[in-house]
Amino acid sequence: MALTGLFLILFLLIHLIGNLQLLANDGGKSFNIYTEFMSTNPLIQTISKGNFFFIALHTMQGLLLAFKNKKAKGSKYAIRASNNTSWASKNMALLGTLLLAFILMHLWHFWFVFKFGSNYDVVTINGTEMIDAYTKVSVVLTQPVWLISYIIGLIVLAYHLNHGFGSAFQTLGLRHKKYTPIINFVGKAYSILIPLGFAIIPLYLYFTK
Amino acid sequence: MSQDMNLTLKVWRQPGPNAEGKLETYKVVANEHMSFLEMLDVLNESLIAEKKDPISFEHDCREGICGTCSLVIDGRAHGPQRGTAVCQLHMRHYKDGDTIVVEPFRAKAFPVIKDLSVDRSAFDRIIQAGGFISVSTGQAVDGNAIPVEREVASQAFDAAACIGCGACVAACPNGSAMLFTSAKVAHLGLLPQGKVEGKNRVKSMVAQMDKEGFGFCSNIRACEIECPKEISTENIARMNRYYTHAMINSE
Repeated sequence: MALTGLFLILFLLIHLIGNLQLLANDGGKSFNIYTEFMSTNPLIQTISKGNFFFIALHTMQGLLLAFKNKKAKGSKYAIRASNNTSWASKNMALLGTLLLAFILMHLWHFWFVFKFGSNYDVVTINGTEMIDAYTKVSVVLTQPVWLISYIIGLIVLAYHLNHGFGSAFQTLGLRHKKYTPIINFVGKAYSILIPLGFAIIPLYLYFTK
Repeated sequence: MSQDMNLTLKVWRQPGPNAEGKLETYKVVANEHMSFLEMLDVLNESLIAEKKDPISFEHDCREGICGTCSLVIDGRAHGPQRGTAVCQLHMRHYKDGDTIVVEPFRAKAFPVIKDLSVDRSAFDRIIQAGGFISVSTGQAVDGNAIPVEREVASQAFDAAACIGCGACVAACPNGSAMLFTSAKVAHLGLLPQGKVEGKNRVKSMVAQMDKEGFGFCSNIRACEIECPKEISTENIARMNRYYTHAMINSE
């Protein structure tokens, strides 16, 4: 859970850095060159396969954990008092399931269409013909229904990260008087800044088109 | 002057391990000097006088050190007060007219015996699996013969404060016994006498814990909040570390 989680946490950062090129005011040139690179480079493609595998593994581990833990608890208390534990920590399975649905939607929009579909434009940049990913992304993300779905997905991600980041370190036994407060602070900041970074992109596209 | 308070109690009644249980309502008059358990004693006295079955609940020392009492009060293991076992919870924290819900510790590995009493022998079996050190019999060794660093000694002592009551399991939404097991693993594993068998200890105690049907830790940390001895989840991280180390290094 912790190892796959940390890989996916790292993936999010790389994904965001790439995506920020959508904000470049060049008609999508840099983003299209970037997507062309990402979808043809053999190293990136290998990591991408690994990423799919880790998402599947993380999901399976999580579901197994949730089912076993539900069984281990057995019956529920008549009163469930709040005791200052975080809501996210108790609802990771729910948040994770919502995230999986979000990821499937996301893959349908921006992966399946490019890989197996034909519903996209082609542009020629620097003499190379490539998929116009920029136009596709801007068209989808600026539709209010998808815009809202993405924002909701990112809020779910924020909560999932809010518990997941620090929790991964605790599970791995990496706890230290000096470093743990720093890790937890970075975790909380990460869980806000990463989803916020992703959310700025569709909002920017929406309000500037 | 102590004021009488009229309380409404909703208590989990379950005739036996396999019987259906339900919450039943009782009225009891208590005063602020009573402990929570004494208030239950008063209720039981009146039930006996009425020739009714008294409520079964566990207790022994009643001074917060034995780990026998085991109630979940209004959804909190050992009641609302932090760092105290339920025997040390006093009625002065309640007021006239309050309604209090009393339930047993709930977890698959802690089956109800009767009413509020649960079978916590799973903890005994975890201890038997490795919660000890092997020493030769004979003359007792001088207490200070082996030097122990001050900081390490106090960490071991903090872990040793665990009274094995099971509140961590009761509080955990996953029914996990990680806090208990890790406290025992840390208490012994930190000290030179316990380090010798450290690898086998953590492996067998964790194996026994899983065998008993406890859940897995997902770092919700309700356990350390409810623990009457305020055992820290730092011990869980330590046990994870020991466990990984033992798995990699063992033959």
